[in-house]
Amino acid sequence: MIPAEFDYVAASSLEDALRLLGEHGDEAKLLAGGHSLIPLMKFRLAAPSVLVDISRLPELRTLRPSDGHLRLGAGLRIRDLELSPVVREQVPLLAAAAASVGDRQVRARATVGGTVVHGDPAADIPAVLVTLDATLVLRGPAGERELSAAEFFVDFWETACGLDEVLVEIVVPALPGRRWAFEKFRQRSQDWATVGVAVQETADGEHAVGLVNMAPVPWRASPVEDALRSGAAVPEAAGHAAEGAAPPSDLRGDSAYRAHLAQVLTAKALTTAGAGS
Amino acid sequence: MRHDVTLRVNGVVNRHTVESRQLLVHHLRETLGLTGTHVGCDTSNCGACTVLLDGVAVKSCTVFTVAADGGEVLTVEGLAQDGQLTPVQEGFRQCHGLQCGYCTPGMVVSATGLLLDRPDPSPEEIREGLEGNLCRCTGYQMIVESVRWAADHGGPGAVAEAHRSRTEAGTP
Repeated sequence: MIPAEFDYVAASSLEDALRLLGEHGDEAKLLAGGHSLIPLMKFRLAAPSVLVDISRLPELRTLRPSDGHLRLGAGLRIRDLELSPVVREQVPLLAAAAASVGDRQVRARATVGGTVVHGDPAADIPAVLVTLDATLVLRGPAGERELSAAEFFVDFWETACGLDEVLVEIVVPALPGRRWAFEKFRQRSQDWATVGVAVQETADGEHAVGLVNMAPVPWRASPVEDALRSGAAVPEAAGHAAEGAAPPSDLRGDSAYRAHLAQVLTAKALTTAGAGS
Repeated sequence: MRHDVTLRVNGVVNRHTVESRQLLVHHLRETLGLTGTHVGCDTSNCGACTVLLDGVAVKSCTVFTVAADGGEVLTVEGLAQDGQLTPVQEGFRQCHGLQCGYCTPGMVVSATGLLLDRPDPSPEEIREGLEGNLCRCTGYQMIVESVRWAADHGGPGAVAEAHRSRTEAGTP
Protein backbone atom coordinates (compact mmCIF):
# COMPACT_ATOMS: atom_id res chain seq x y z
CA MET A 1 0.00 0.00 0.00
CA ILE A 2 1.40 3.36 -1.02
CA PRO A 3 0.29 6.66 0.56
CA ALA A 4 -1.03 9.47 -1.60
CA GLU A 5 1.64 11.92 -2.71
CA PHE A 6 2.82 14.51 -0.25
CA ASP A 7 5.77 16.74 0.35
CA TYR A 8 8.20 16.12 3.18
CA VAL A 9 10.05 18.71 5.19
CA ALA A 10 12.38 17.95 8.07
CA ALA A 11 11.94 20.74 10.60
CA SER A 12 15.28 22.20 11.67
CA SER A 13 13.94 23.35 15.04
CA LEU A 14 10.72 23.61 17.01
CA GLU A 15 10.32 27.20 15.78
CA ASP A 16 10.76 25.98 12.22
CA ALA A 17 8.09 23.31 12.78
CA LEU A 18 5.66 25.94 14.11
CA ARG A 19 6.40 28.20 11.14
CA LEU A 20 5.75 25.33 8.70
CA LEU A 21 2.47 24.47 10.46
CA GLY A 22 1.42 28.12 10.22
CA GLU A 23 2.33 28.23 6.56
CA HIS A 24 0.51 25.06 5.51
CA GLY A 25 -2.47 25.10 7.87
CA ASP A 26 -4.68 22.02 7.79
CA GLU A 27 -2.79 20.64 4.77
CA ALA A 28 0.12 19.75 7.04
CA LYS A 29 0.64 16.96 9.55
CA LEU A 30 3.47 16.43 11.99
CA LEU A 31 5.47 13.23 11.51
CA ALA A 32 7.14 11.78 14.60
CA GLY A 33 7.36 7.98 14.85
CA GLY A 34 4.66 7.61 12.21
CA HIS A 35 3.16 4.47 13.71
CA SER A 36 -0.37 5.84 13.76
CA LEU A 37 -0.04 8.26 10.84
CA ILE A 38 1.74 6.11 8.25
CA PRO A 39 -0.79 3.23 8.44
CA LEU A 40 -3.60 5.80 8.11
CA MET A 41 -1.86 7.27 5.07
CA LYS A 42 -1.31 3.83 3.53
CA PHE A 43 -5.01 3.07 3.89
CA ARG A 44 -5.65 6.56 2.43
CA LEU A 45 -7.70 7.47 5.48
CA ALA A 46 -5.34 10.43 5.81
CA ALA A 47 -3.79 12.30 2.90
CA PRO A 48 -1.93 15.36 4.20
CA SER A 49 -0.14 17.28 1.45
CA VAL A 50 2.83 18.17 3.67
CA LEU A 51 4.56 16.16 6.38
CA VAL A 52 6.67 18.12 8.83
CA ASP A 53 9.17 15.70 10.39
CA ILE A 54 9.90 16.55 14.02
CA SER A 55 11.32 13.15 14.95
CA ARG A 56 14.90 14.36 15.01
CA LEU A 57 14.53 17.50 17.07
CA PRO A 58 16.74 17.09 20.15
CA GLU A 59 14.60 19.61 22.05
CA LEU A 60 11.72 17.10 21.93
CA ARG A 61 13.83 14.20 23.20
CA THR A 62 14.63 15.51 26.67
CA LEU A 63 13.87 13.77 29.96
CA ARG A 64 14.39 15.80 33.09
CA PRO A 65 13.32 15.65 36.72
CA SER A 66 11.80 18.88 37.98
CA ASP A 67 10.29 19.66 41.36
CA GLY A 68 8.82 16.26 42.18
CA HIS A 69 7.90 15.64 38.57
CA LEU A 70 9.38 14.15 35.43
CA ARG A 71 9.24 16.25 32.27
CA LEU A 72 9.17 13.98 29.23
CA GLY A 73 9.91 15.35 25.77
CA ALA A 74 7.09 14.46 23.41
CA GLY A 75 9.57 13.03 20.90
CA LEU A 76 10.78 10.27 23.22
CA ARG A 77 10.15 6.85 21.75
CA ILE A 78 7.94 4.41 23.67
CA ARG A 79 11.08 2.28 23.90
CA ASP A 80 12.82 5.14 25.73
CA LEU A 81 10.11 5.16 28.42
CA GLU A 82 10.23 1.39 28.68
CA LEU A 83 14.00 1.25 29.16
CA SER A 84 14.81 4.50 30.96
CA PRO A 85 16.06 3.76 34.49
CA VAL A 86 14.68 7.14 35.62
CA VAL A 87 11.16 6.44 34.34
CA ARG A 88 11.25 2.90 35.72
CA GLU A 89 12.16 4.17 39.15
CA GLN A 90 10.14 7.37 39.33
CA VAL A 91 7.00 6.45 37.36
CA PRO A 92 7.02 2.65 37.12
CA LEU A 93 3.36 2.55 36.00
CA LEU A 94 4.30 4.51 32.88
CA ALA A 95 7.33 2.32 32.18
CA ALA A 96 5.22 -0.84 32.53
CA ALA A 97 2.47 0.46 30.27
CA ALA A 98 5.10 1.53 27.73
CA ALA A 99 6.56 -1.99 27.74
CA SER A 100 3.15 -3.41 26.80
CA VAL A 101 2.51 -1.13 23.81
CA GLY A 102 2.46 -2.89 20.42
CA ASP A 103 5.65 -4.87 19.97
CA ARG A 104 9.40 -4.19 20.19
CA GLN A 105 9.72 -2.82 16.68
CA VAL A 106 6.69 -0.57 17.11
CA ARG A 107 7.99 0.74 20.44
CA ALA A 108 11.34 1.51 18.79
CA ARG A 109 9.69 4.06 16.44
CA ALA A 110 6.43 5.21 18.03
CA THR A 111 6.71 8.29 20.23
CA VAL A 112 4.92 9.20 23.44
CA GLY A 113 3.78 12.48 21.88
CA GLY A 114 2.43 10.67 18.86
CA THR A 115 0.25 8.26 20.79
CA VAL A 116 -1.04 11.12 22.96
CA VAL A 117 -1.91 13.47 20.09
CA HIS A 118 -3.47 10.63 18.07
CA GLY A 119 -5.98 10.39 20.92
CA ASP A 120 -6.97 6.77 20.47
CA PRO A 121 -8.88 5.61 23.58
CA ALA A 122 -7.63 2.07 22.93
CA ALA A 123 -4.02 3.18 23.42
CA ASP A 124 -2.33 2.50 26.77
CA ILE A 125 -0.25 5.60 27.41
CA PRO A 126 -3.14 8.12 27.27
CA ALA A 127 -5.08 6.25 29.97
CA VAL A 128 -1.98 6.15 32.15
CA LEU A 129 -1.53 9.92 31.75
CA VAL A 130 -5.15 10.51 32.75
CA THR A 131 -4.56 8.29 35.79
CA LEU A 132 -1.41 10.20 36.74
CA ASP A 133 -3.08 13.62 36.32
CA ALA A 134 -0.35 14.46 33.82
CA THR A 135 0.05 17.95 32.39
CA LEU A 136 0.52 18.41 28.64
CA VAL A 137 2.55 21.36 27.41
CA LEU A 138 1.61 22.70 23.97
CA ARG A 139 3.60 25.25 21.99
CA GLY A 140 1.85 27.39 19.40
CA PRO A 141 2.30 30.70 17.63
CA ALA A 142 1.07 32.54 20.73
CA GLY A 143 3.45 30.74 23.08
CA GLU A 144 2.98 27.86 25.48
CA ARG A 145 -0.10 26.62 27.25
CA GLU A 146 -0.63 23.77 29.66
CA LEU A 147 -3.60 21.43 29.82
CA SER A 148 -4.43 18.60 32.16
CA ALA A 149 -4.72 15.20 30.52
CA ALA A 150 -8.43 15.25 31.38
CA GLU A 151 -8.87 18.50 29.40
CA PHE A 152 -6.65 17.39 26.55
CA PHE A 153 -8.59 14.31 25.39
CA VAL A 154 -11.81 15.59 23.83
CA ASP A 155 -13.36 12.72 21.88
CA PHE A 156 -12.49 9.67 19.77
CA TRP A 157 -9.22 10.54 17.93
CA GLU A 158 -9.82 14.16 18.91
CA THR A 159 -7.69 16.23 21.27
CA ALA A 160 -7.40 19.87 22.28
CA CYS A 161 -4.13 20.23 20.36
CA GLY A 162 -4.64 22.92 17.71
CA LEU A 163 -3.57 22.52 14.08
CA ASP A 164 -0.92 25.17 14.66
CA GLU A 165 0.37 23.66 17.90
CA VAL A 166 3.00 21.09 18.83
CA LEU A 167 2.83 18.95 21.96
CA VAL A 168 6.27 19.53 23.43
CA GLU A 169 6.28 18.05 26.90
CA ILE A 170 4.40 15.71 29.17
CA VAL A 171 4.75 16.32 32.90
CA VAL A 172 4.05 13.42 35.24
CA PRO A 173 4.42 13.22 39.02
CA ALA A 174 7.42 11.26 40.29
CA LEU A 175 6.03 8.57 42.58
CA PRO A 176 8.93 6.30 43.51
CA GLY A 177 7.97 3.55 45.92
CA ARG A 178 4.22 4.14 45.52
CA ARG A 179 2.24 1.07 44.52
CA TRP A 180 0.70 0.69 41.08
CA ALA A 181 -0.69 -1.89 38.67
CA PHE A 182 -1.35 -2.16 34.97
CA GLU A 183 -3.72 -4.85 33.74
CA LYS A 184 -4.37 -5.37 30.06
CA PHE A 185 -6.58 -8.00 28.47
CA ARG A 186 -5.98 -8.77 24.82
CA GLN A 187 -6.58 -11.69 22.52
CA ARG A 188 -3.09 -11.76 21.01
CA SER A 189 0.13 -10.49 22.56
CA GLN A 190 0.58 -7.48 20.27
CA ASP A 191 -3.10 -6.50 20.13
CA TRP A 192 -4.68 -3.33 21.41
CA ALA A 193 -6.25 -3.78 24.82
CA THR A 194 -9.79 -5.12 24.77
CA VAL A 195 -9.84 -3.37 28.14
CA GLY A 196 -6.93 -2.07 30.20
CA VAL A 197 -6.75 -0.74 33.74
CA ALA A 198 -4.11 1.51 35.29
CA VAL A 199 -4.00 2.03 39.05
CA GLN A 200 -1.63 4.39 40.83
CA GLU A 201 -1.27 5.01 44.54
CA THR A 202 -0.99 8.79 44.82
CA ALA A 203 1.32 10.84 47.03
CA ASP A 204 -1.45 11.13 49.64
CA GLY A 205 -2.07 7.39 49.68
CA GLU A 206 -5.27 7.29 47.63
CA HIS A 207 -5.72 5.24 44.46
CA ALA A 208 -6.29 6.72 41.00
CA VAL A 209 -7.89 4.45 38.40
CA GLY A 210 -7.82 4.88 34.61
CA LEU A 211 -9.34 2.68 31.92
CA VAL A 212 -8.20 1.86 28.38
CA ASN A 213 -10.82 1.38 25.64
CA MET A 214 -13.87 1.95 27.81
CA ALA A 215 -15.08 5.27 26.36
CA PRO A 216 -14.39 7.59 23.41
CA VAL A 217 -11.57 9.07 25.53
CA PRO A 218 -9.10 7.55 27.98
CA TRP A 219 -11.33 7.18 31.01
CA ARG A 220 -10.86 8.07 34.66
CA ALA A 221 -12.95 5.72 36.78
CA SER A 222 -13.87 8.29 39.44
CA PRO A 223 -16.76 6.24 40.92
CA VAL A 224 -14.24 3.54 41.89
CA GLU A 225 -12.02 6.13 43.55
CA ASP A 226 -14.98 7.67 45.38
CA ALA A 227 -16.07 4.26 46.65
CA LEU A 228 -12.58 3.51 47.97
CA ARG A 229 -12.44 6.92 49.62
CA SER A 230 -15.68 6.23 51.44
CA GLY A 231 -14.31 2.96 52.75
CA ALA A 232 -15.57 0.38 50.27
CA ALA A 233 -13.61 -2.87 49.97
CA VAL A 234 -11.92 -3.71 46.67
CA PRO A 235 -14.64 -5.97 45.21
CA GLU A 236 -17.35 -3.43 45.91
CA ALA A 237 -15.31 -0.48 44.61
CA ALA A 238 -14.33 -2.37 41.44
CA GLY A 239 -18.03 -2.98 40.81
CA HIS A 240 -18.26 0.70 39.91
CA ALA A 241 -15.58 0.48 37.20
CA ALA A 242 -17.88 0.86 34.20
CA GLU A 243 -20.14 3.45 35.82
CA GLY A 244 -20.54 6.42 33.50
CA ALA A 245 -18.25 4.86 30.88
CA ALA A 246 -19.36 4.11 27.31
CA PRO A 247 -17.46 1.01 26.22
CA PRO A 248 -17.47 0.30 22.48
CA SER A 249 -18.80 -2.87 20.88
CA ASP A 250 -16.59 -4.46 18.25
CA LEU A 251 -15.19 -7.82 17.14
CA ARG A 252 -13.19 -8.16 20.34
CA GLY A 253 -16.18 -7.80 22.60
CA ASP A 254 -19.48 -6.02 23.08
CA SER A 255 -19.95 -3.25 25.57
CA ALA A 256 -21.50 -5.48 28.25
CA TYR A 257 -18.51 -7.82 28.03
CA ARG A 258 -16.13 -4.88 28.30
CA ALA A 259 -18.03 -3.52 31.32
CA HIS A 260 -17.66 -6.90 33.04
CA LEU A 261 -14.00 -7.14 32.08
CA ALA A 262 -13.34 -3.65 33.46
CA GLN A 263 -14.72 -4.71 36.84
CA VAL A 264 -12.66 -7.90 36.94
CA LEU A 265 -9.43 -6.20 35.89
CA THR A 266 -10.00 -3.25 38.20
CA ALA A 267 -10.40 -5.57 41.19
CA LYS A 268 -7.19 -7.34 40.22
CA ALA A 269 -5.27 -4.09 39.71
CA LEU A 270 -6.53 -2.53 42.94
CA THR A 271 -5.46 -5.60 44.87
CA THR A 272 -1.99 -5.53 43.30
CA ALA A 273 -1.67 -1.82 44.10
CA GLY A 274 -2.60 -2.40 47.73
CA ALA A 275 -5.95 -0.60 47.75
CA GLY A 276 -8.27 -1.30 50.64
CA SER A 277 -5.48 -2.80 52.75
CA MET B 1 8.41 15.81 -4.47
CA ARG B 2 11.77 14.05 -4.57
CA HIS B 3 14.62 14.13 -2.12
CA ASP B 4 18.26 13.13 -2.13
CA VAL B 5 18.82 10.53 0.54
CA THR B 6 22.02 9.01 1.83
CA LEU B 7 21.82 5.69 3.64
CA ARG B 8 24.50 3.32 4.78
CA VAL B 9 23.07 -0.14 4.07
CA ASN B 10 25.00 -3.23 5.14
CA GLY B 11 28.11 -1.12 5.34
CA VAL B 12 27.80 0.43 1.87
CA VAL B 13 26.92 4.10 1.50
CA ASN B 14 24.19 4.68 -1.10
CA ARG B 15 22.89 7.97 -2.47
CA HIS B 16 19.54 7.97 -4.25
CA THR B 17 16.77 10.34 -5.13
CA VAL B 18 13.49 9.09 -3.68
CA GLU B 19 9.86 10.13 -3.56
CA SER B 20 8.65 11.44 -0.21
CA ARG B 21 6.13 8.64 0.04
CA GLN B 22 8.53 5.80 -0.66
CA LEU B 23 8.67 3.31 2.21
CA LEU B 24 12.03 2.02 3.37
CA VAL B 25 11.12 -1.58 2.54
CA HIS B 26 10.52 -0.63 -1.09
CA HIS B 27 13.79 1.26 -1.24
CA LEU B 28 15.65 -1.78 0.02
CA ARG B 29 13.89 -4.24 -2.26
CA GLU B 30 13.34 -2.29 -5.46
CA THR B 31 16.12 0.29 -5.58
CA LEU B 32 18.89 -1.65 -3.87
CA GLY B 33 17.72 -5.15 -4.89
CA LEU B 34 17.91 -6.42 -1.31
CA THR B 35 14.87 -8.70 -1.53
CA GLY B 36 15.66 -10.62 1.64
CA THR B 37 13.56 -8.08 3.52
CA HIS B 38 10.00 -9.19 2.84
CA VAL B 39 6.66 -7.43 2.62
CA GLY B 40 4.12 -9.45 4.56
CA CYS B 41 1.06 -7.74 6.00
CA ASP B 42 2.19 -4.22 4.98
CA THR B 43 0.45 -2.90 8.13
CA SER B 44 3.25 -3.15 10.74
CA ASN B 45 1.83 -6.30 12.29
CA CYS B 46 3.76 -9.26 10.89
CA GLY B 47 7.40 -8.16 11.13
CA ALA B 48 8.53 -9.77 7.83
CA CYS B 49 10.01 -6.38 6.85
CA THR B 50 12.10 -6.02 10.03
CA VAL B 51 15.54 -4.43 9.63
CA LEU B 52 17.92 -2.80 12.07
CA LEU B 53 17.78 0.98 11.65
CA ASP B 54 20.36 2.88 13.67
CA GLY B 55 20.84 -0.01 16.03
CA VAL B 56 17.29 -1.11 16.73
CA ALA B 57 14.84 -3.45 15.00
CA VAL B 58 12.08 -1.57 13.16
CA LYS B 59 9.38 -2.42 10.64
CA SER B 60 10.58 -0.99 7.35
CA CYS B 61 7.04 -0.95 5.89
CA THR B 62 6.24 1.85 8.34
CA VAL B 63 9.26 4.10 7.86
CA PHE B 64 9.59 6.58 5.01
CA THR B 65 12.97 6.31 3.28
CA VAL B 66 13.41 10.07 3.45
CA ALA B 67 12.85 10.01 7.22
CA ALA B 68 15.77 7.58 7.56
CA ASP B 69 18.12 9.92 5.65
CA GLY B 70 21.64 9.80 7.06
CA GLY B 71 20.90 6.60 8.92
CA GLU B 72 22.42 3.17 8.92
CA VAL B 73 20.47 0.04 7.99
CA LEU B 74 21.37 -3.60 8.52
CA THR B 75 19.29 -6.14 6.59
CA VAL B 76 19.40 -9.93 6.63
CA GLU B 77 21.83 -9.83 3.71
CA GLY B 78 24.33 -7.94 5.83
CA LEU B 79 24.56 -10.49 8.63
CA ALA B 80 26.68 -13.35 7.27
CA GLN B 81 30.28 -12.48 6.41
CA ASP B 82 32.22 -14.48 3.82
CA GLY B 83 29.66 -17.26 3.95
CA GLN B 84 29.94 -17.52 7.73
CA LEU B 85 26.46 -17.46 9.26
CA THR B 86 25.84 -15.46 12.42
CA PRO B 87 24.91 -17.40 15.57
CA VAL B 88 21.25 -16.45 15.02
CA GLN B 89 21.25 -17.73 11.45
CA GLU B 90 23.10 -20.87 12.50
CA GLY B 91 20.63 -21.34 15.36
CA PHE B 92 17.68 -21.32 12.94
CA ARG B 93 19.55 -23.94 10.89
CA GLN B 94 20.50 -26.15 13.83
CA CYS B 95 17.09 -26.01 15.53
CA HIS B 96 14.92 -26.03 12.39
CA GLY B 97 13.53 -22.58 13.19
CA LEU B 98 11.76 -22.27 9.85
CA GLN B 99 9.50 -24.11 7.48
CA CYS B 100 8.32 -22.04 4.50
CA GLY B 101 10.88 -19.34 5.23
CA TYR B 102 8.75 -16.30 4.47
CA CYS B 103 8.95 -14.82 7.97
CA THR B 104 12.55 -15.96 8.48
CA PRO B 105 14.53 -12.85 7.44
CA GLY B 106 12.35 -10.72 9.71
CA MET B 107 12.59 -13.28 12.52
CA VAL B 108 16.38 -13.46 12.23
CA VAL B 109 16.83 -9.68 12.23
CA SER B 110 14.29 -9.22 15.02
CA ALA B 111 15.99 -11.92 17.11
CA THR B 112 19.33 -10.22 16.44
CA GLY B 113 17.90 -6.95 17.75
CA LEU B 114 16.49 -8.75 20.79
CA LEU B 115 19.87 -10.28 21.62
CA LEU B 116 21.55 -6.88 21.30
CA ASP B 117 19.18 -5.65 24.02
CA ARG B 118 19.07 -8.82 26.05
CA PRO B 119 21.99 -11.20 25.53
CA ASP B 120 20.65 -14.00 27.72
CA PRO B 121 16.86 -14.10 27.33
CA SER B 122 14.64 -16.75 28.89
CA PRO B 123 12.27 -18.65 26.55
CA GLU B 124 9.50 -16.43 27.91
CA GLU B 125 11.48 -13.29 27.10
CA ILE B 126 12.18 -14.60 23.60
CA ARG B 127 8.46 -15.18 23.02
CA GLU B 128 7.66 -11.68 24.23
CA GLY B 129 10.60 -10.19 22.39
CA LEU B 130 9.45 -11.68 19.09
CA GLU B 131 5.77 -10.79 19.52
CA GLY B 132 6.10 -8.42 16.57
CA ASN B 133 6.95 -11.26 14.19
CA LEU B 134 4.30 -13.68 12.99
CA CYS B 135 5.04 -17.19 11.76
CA ARG B 136 2.24 -19.28 10.30
CA CYS B 137 4.19 -22.54 10.04
CA THR B 138 6.29 -23.41 13.03
CA GLY B 139 4.12 -22.72 16.04
CA TYR B 140 7.14 -20.75 17.33
CA GLN B 141 8.63 -23.44 19.55
CA MET B 142 11.57 -24.15 17.24
CA ILE B 143 12.10 -20.42 16.72
CA VAL B 144 12.40 -19.90 20.47
CA GLU B 145 14.89 -22.78 20.60
CA SER B 146 16.84 -21.27 17.69
CA VAL B 147 17.20 -17.92 19.43
CA ARG B 148 18.17 -19.62 22.66
CA TRP B 149 20.79 -21.60 20.71
CA ALA B 150 22.16 -18.32 19.36
CA ALA B 151 22.35 -16.85 22.87
CA ASP B 152 24.45 -19.86 23.89
CA HIS B 153 26.71 -19.66 20.82
CA GLY B 154 27.90 -16.07 20.51
CA GLY B 155 24.74 -13.93 20.56
CA PRO B 156 23.77 -11.37 17.94
CA GLY B 157 27.06 -11.58 16.04
CA ALA B 158 29.92 -9.19 15.38
CA VAL B 159 28.31 -7.29 12.50
CA ALA B 160 25.19 -6.44 14.49
CA GLU B 161 27.21 -5.50 17.56
CA ALA B 162 29.40 -3.18 15.49
CA HIS B 163 26.28 -1.70 13.84
CA ARG B 164 24.74 -0.93 17.19
CA SER B 165 27.85 0.55 18.75
CA ARG B 166 28.19 2.88 15.74
CA THR B 167 24.60 4.02 15.59
CA GLU B 168 22.52 3.83 18.72
CA ALA B 169 21.98 7.16 20.34
CA GLY B 170 21.16 5.48 23.63
CA THR B 171 18.32 5.91 26.06
CA PRO B 172 17.82 9.34 27.61
